Amino acid sequence: MPLSNRHLLGMKDVPKEDIQLILDTATTFREVLERPIKKVPTLQGKSIVNLFYENSTRTRISFELAEKRLSADSINFSVSGSSVSKGETLKDTVKNIEAMKVDMIVVRHAAAGVPLMLTKISDANVINAGDGIHEHPTQALLDMYSIREKLGKLEGLKVCIVGDVAHSRVALSNIYGLKTMGAKVSVCGPSTMIPRYLDELGVDVIHNIDEAIQENDVLNVLRIQLERKAREYFPSIREYSQYFGIDRNRLEKNGKDILILHPGPINRGVEISSEIADGSSQIILQQVTNGVAVRMAVLYLLGTLN
Amino acid sequence: MKLVLKNVNLLNPDQKLNEKDVDVLIEDGKYKKIGKLTEAELKDAKVLELKGKYLVPGLFDMHVHLREPGREDEETVITGCNAAANGGFTGIACMPNTEPAIDSAEVVTLIKKQSAKHLVDVYPIGAATVERKGEILSPMAELKDAGVVGFSDDGVAIKTASILKRALEYARMFDLPIIEHCEDETLAGGAMNESINSTLLGLPPIPAIAEDLIVMRDILMAEYANAKVHISHISSKKSVQMVRDAKKKGIKVTAEVTPHHFTLTDDAVKTYDPNVKMNPPLRTRADVDEILAGLKDGTIDCIASDHAPHSLEEKEMEFEYAPNGIIGLETQVGLAFTELFQKKILNLEQLIEKLSINPRKILNISIPQVKEGEPVNLTILDPDAIWTVDKTKFKSKSVNTPFDKRLLTGKSVGVINKNQMFIDGKFERI
Repeated sequence: MPLSNRHLLGMKDVPKEDIQLILDTATTFREVLERPIKKVPTLQGKSIVNLFYENSTRTRISFELAEKRLSADSINFSVSGSSVSKGETLKDTVKNIEAMKVDMIVVRHAAAGVPLMLTKISDANVINAGDGIHEHPTQALLDMYSIREKLGKLEGLKVCIVGDVAHSRVALSNIYGLKTMGAKVSVCGPSTMIPRYLDELGVDVIHNIDEAIQENDVLNVLRIQLERKAREYFPSIREYSQYFGIDRNRLEKNGKDILILHPGPINRGVEISSEIADGSSQIILQQVTNGVAVRMAVLYLLGTLN
Repeated sequence: MKLVLKNVNLLNPDQKLNEKDVDVLIEDGKYKKIGKLTEAELKDAKVLELKGKYLVPGLFDMHVHLREPGREDEETVITGCNAAANGGFTGIACMPNTEPAIDSAEVVTLIKKQSAKHLVDVYPIGAATVERKGEILSPMAELKDAGVVGFSDDGVAIKTASILKRALEYARMFDLPIIEHCEDETLAGGAMNESINSTLLGLPPIPAIAEDLIVMRDILMAEYANAKVHISHISSKKSVQMVRDAKKKGIKVTAEVTPHHFTLTDDAVKTYDPNVKMNPPLRTRADVDEILAGLKDGTIDCIASDHAPHSLEEKEMEFEYAPNGIIGLETQVGLAFTELFQKKILNLEQLIEKLSINPRKILNISIPQVKEGEPVNLTILDPDAIWTVDKTKFKSKSVNTPFDKRLLTGKSVGVINKNQMFIDGKFERI
């Protein structure tokens, strides 16, 4: 059974069967990653461009590794800043890449909607590796994979997304994906960091982290983007970590062992303490490994579709 | 040359004129005779059969960006006027956010000179402050003498309450309005309206309260200064309600709305098409419904296009980076008739008031009269003509419109002004 769409632009409208297929396929690739020789010939002869308009070492390396392990020819095309400052329009850049006969484009861009734009300019399969504060579907897939791996299921689980939801591309993708899979999703953070109207998505909004810990099976803790203007949305890092940060004391106080995910990179001591980040029961580094497997699954399923 | 308009319906709410199937003889740019014409009068005349069409005072668009001087690659005075004539307008007011801004008599004179021989009358709006920076009042008296009909820092609101106060007080001496782009600058800078859609699309939001705050400020200040303020491109529900209440109190506030703000909602942004990016942004159904109510009850005085030409390259950018604005001169009449007349929000008289009479009243411009001996300044409208928008046929230099290929009902057949006629895509002297 193939995927129902030839692009992965976001988790919105991705049906349950597709998510299931990606996660199941990722399981087989996860096993490949444990082998001495971690390479399969599945995408031999396919060329993939990693078009990164925004610095993201982790996501790019994860995709690049996934591509290499599938034996695809991958090219990195990194542009810092927007197409505007570069002088060439995005459209021209993509048309140029297209003329080199590429099969797939993995795109990361600071502006929302760019992956959709690419599908209108190019015939390649487009994978969204993060667009503005819109979506980051492979992150949501690897989060779901990690939860499923640890807790055995997604359906019926209660998952809370914690932190700067308003400026997160991870949050929206997680909300869509988890809800499709039958999980109950809530968000927890300072009210200035929760977008208005989010409740219209059927998501509970709370502002008390202790309540979030008590009520949920999983916390997906977002990174506070200290380098961005997120800083204007709360009084101080100290206050944030006191009221929304997660450390051992807080978990013990609530008498609860809870699965904690973090998309990285972590601000240690801000949204999550070092103890928790490094704790053996936590899966933050496993998420990184799973990320490669999930991206292999997405690339494989889309790359063998045509 | 003699021109006869045959069997045309005359409609001018300003004269309480509403007559069916009349013949009109035009000679030397003036109404020579209105009524039954003799054989002698018809002799050698060019005759246009206009059964079912309406002769109305030439339409007027009080919010146009001509881009000259500064961005002549996007629009010039002449191409903008051509677009206006093609869209059914015989007069336009052009906004001062050119480069340099219209903050000196020289720039006013340049624009007047460029448009002097054109069919379309061009009335510049002067900047309210020097370089539209919101710091020093522009030379309003000098600008008025050069021919401006209002003052605005359009693109932004007048920066501070103190300079707004002085601008209103000073402009009151000339009985000219301050025309405001209402947006709180500290809440500005987003890419679309704040709603569930901005969250779902991941686009930085502009909340409606950014508009409402300045509308409130401006109404209070207009009341305080006993001066005229005109709210440009009103787009939010609360702003419409505030203008309605202010008018009841007798405050000198007027308002305009663009066709895109009464036709589209922010659902249109789901395509990420930069041609639906404008400021103020497209808002929600509730806002559009209040706008329609405001048009109906007279809260909103007029319809204006906010015609904002942008080059193709600029409008092909990423949505967040693309500039705001769309062109509108050539789709305005069609959209107004389709969305307001055909859907019975406004009757024909009300529509002509909002497209021709009220904008002139706001700017103190005399209203063309349909009367023997008067100079001819008219638009011929066909409310039932069904047509498809084709941006390749636009006279504007730019094509940034979200309405290409849209089916519309109602259009301009032609216009006459200053001894010239524009009909069937061509200008001719009459």
